[in-house]
Amino acid sequence: MATAAAHQTTRTQAYGAQDTAVDTVAYERRFDAAVAADERIEPRDWMPDAYRATLVRQIAQHAHSEIIGMQPEANWITRAPSLRRKAILMAKVQDEAGHGLYLYSAAETLGTGRDELLDKLHSGRQKYSSIFNYPTLTWADVGAIGWLVDGAAITNQVPLCRCSYGPYARAMVRICKEESFHQRQGYELLLALSRGTPEQHAMAQDAVDRWWWPSLMMFGPPDDESAHSAQSMAWKIKRHSNDELRQRFVDICVPQAESLGLALPDPDLRWNEERGQHDFGPIDWTEFREVLKGNGPCNEQRITQRRRAHDEGAWVREAAAAYADKHTGETGATRA
Amino acid sequence: MTTTVSTTAALALGDDALVLSHRLGEWAGHAPVLEEEVALANIALDLLGQARVLLSLVGDEDELAYLREERAFRNVQLVEQPNGDFAHTILRQLYFSTYQHLLYAELAAGDGPFAPLAAKAVKEVAYHRDHAEQWTVRLGDGTDESHERAQRACEALWRFTGEMFRPVEGLDVDGAALEAAWLESVEGMLRRATLTVPEGPRSGAWRAGAGRQGLHTEPFGRMLAEMQHLHRSHPGASW
Amino acid sequence: MTNTDWPLWEVFVRSRRGLSHTHAGSLHAPDAELALRNARDLYTRRGEGVSIWVVPSSSITASSPDEKDPFFEPSADKPYRHPTFYEIPEGVKHL
Repeated sequence: MATAAAHQTTRTQAYGAQDTAVDTVAYERRFDAAVAADERIEPRDWMPDAYRATLVRQIAQHAHSEIIGMQPEANWITRAPSLRRKAILMAKVQDEAGHGLYLYSAAETLGTGRDELLDKLHSGRQKYSSIFNYPTLTWADVGAIGWLVDGAAITNQVPLCRCSYGPYARAMVRICKEESFHQRQGYELLLALSRGTPEQHAMAQDAVDRWWWPSLMMFGPPDDESAHSAQSMAWKIKRHSNDELRQRFVDICVPQAESLGLALPDPDLRWNEERGQHDFGPIDWTEFREVLKGNGPCNEQRITQRRRAHDEGAWVREAAAAYADKHTGETGATRA
Repeated sequence: MTTTVSTTAALALGDDALVLSHRLGEWAGHAPVLEEEVALANIALDLLGQARVLLSLVGDEDELAYLREERAFRNVQLVEQPNGDFAHTILRQLYFSTYQHLLYAELAAGDGPFAPLAAKAVKEVAYHRDHAEQWTVRLGDGTDESHERAQRACEALWRFTGEMFRPVEGLDVDGAALEAAWLESVEGMLRRATLTVPEGPRSGAWRAGAGRQGLHTEPFGRMLAEMQHLHRSHPGASW
Repeated sequence: MTNTDWPLWEVFVRSRRGLSHTHAGSLHAPDAELALRNARDLYTRRGEGVSIWVVPSSSITASSPDEKDPFFEPSADKPYRHPTFYEIPEGVKHL
């Protein structure tokens, strides 16, 4: 990719003949100092290989989650029960495609092209958030995704707006701005159901029952089992631990659920006066690991649909590329 | 110079927009490239917005969308055609958005009851037309495969294009002039895209009529079943 | 570029009249015309722009971060280029 090539060339031009080992130490010191001073790292700055790899992995996983995450909600676009809801849902799913694009762009500044990342997604070498391996069985699931899944995502993402890597942080600023409508529409949707007919209320409760625990799993394994957490915190890619964010999310959700008139499905959930936080029951990490391994209810379906869309679109992408090869330079717009 | 809205006309225009928007919405998660996910959704949202305004002129938008039977829908058959491959979707867009752009430009210039809506919609539709034209030339003049697919789509949909220019009660436009302008534009585009202008008839042989008379093609019933089932399963509920 | 890997474009958006174009991000497109349209759909969905530029990413020449010091530091020690460098007696107006 252009940016990576530029990065490589500049380094070779500027320091080609010098002792690279000595350089690396100096570069590393400059990098550490920049991170420590809360400065942003930009694409052409020197960065440790592991920092680059961690970012590519994380940004790619995030981008993949956005585009796989379109599926469970798109599942209801054609059945949305009012035209207003239909417009909202289409706009939301569209935003997710947009967010995927912002994030793939951010990953590309690190020298990995979108095609390569999509290949890795399609072949299972890169992951997306496990939450999207659960099915949307009723209309209320669209609301539960907005309220709980997007809510958890926002809790995770807001700190990323201050992530040490500039392009990722900037993408996240844009995304978080747009996400706030997603969560609110979900909440409003559930509220309408909760206050609606008994059937609608039951539909809403059933959705919350099914989405609550998987949403808590979105924050990742407990801190003492989280493989990448410590290094990511040191690099300021991550700003808070999994457990901290999970706790924050639970504390936010409890009063929101009350206002909704819906129960959270956890008998151990109660206010702990001493800690000033809510206690909550144990999470079933076996389910989490199984879904992660590919044994969730929709893993196969999601990746198959994604792969099919990509494969069936190949002739379209080829056609546009072939047309561009034939016609570049013909119009004023192209020359400018 | 009518000032009252004709229900027939509002339903015709509103249903066109509603149904095409629904079809485009089916692409979500299936588009050939991510950039097109965003583009197709933009077009679908514009159309849905137009449909809501039009249906609201003559009734409750949700009652009209969700509680009418198939025979009461007045959209042209072109817009209800299944998405098919991307070439079918693009050719359907080209045929329809060219018509809609010419129609709304004329309505916007007049002082009839649809002028305010048309004045806003004509800008949206100009973009839809541009999108369809950009892709028509790329598919037609891209690879051998894309050319073949575009040619097939162009022919398959051709017989649905005549219906758009039949007179609609309460819609004060010059259908013949509209049709002449449409043919000139579409034929020009197809030629630019190195495609052959189809020679077949531009409307069906069934004398009973077509979509504007509430006579639809078979896939439409299934589309409506999917669109309406949730709303109909909860009579009287609000969402 | 392989057959299906569309090139990368940088997108600059003028958010309203009177302001300059600002870098908004990047995207893929097979050619400039579609790049402009994709940029419109992706970066101005919420009315963020009145004008868009797209530039092939490969056409951008950037200063190197390694040359940051020789490029930018020499300008930091010339305070006489800034109006605040000069002391003017109180009461003198329009300066």
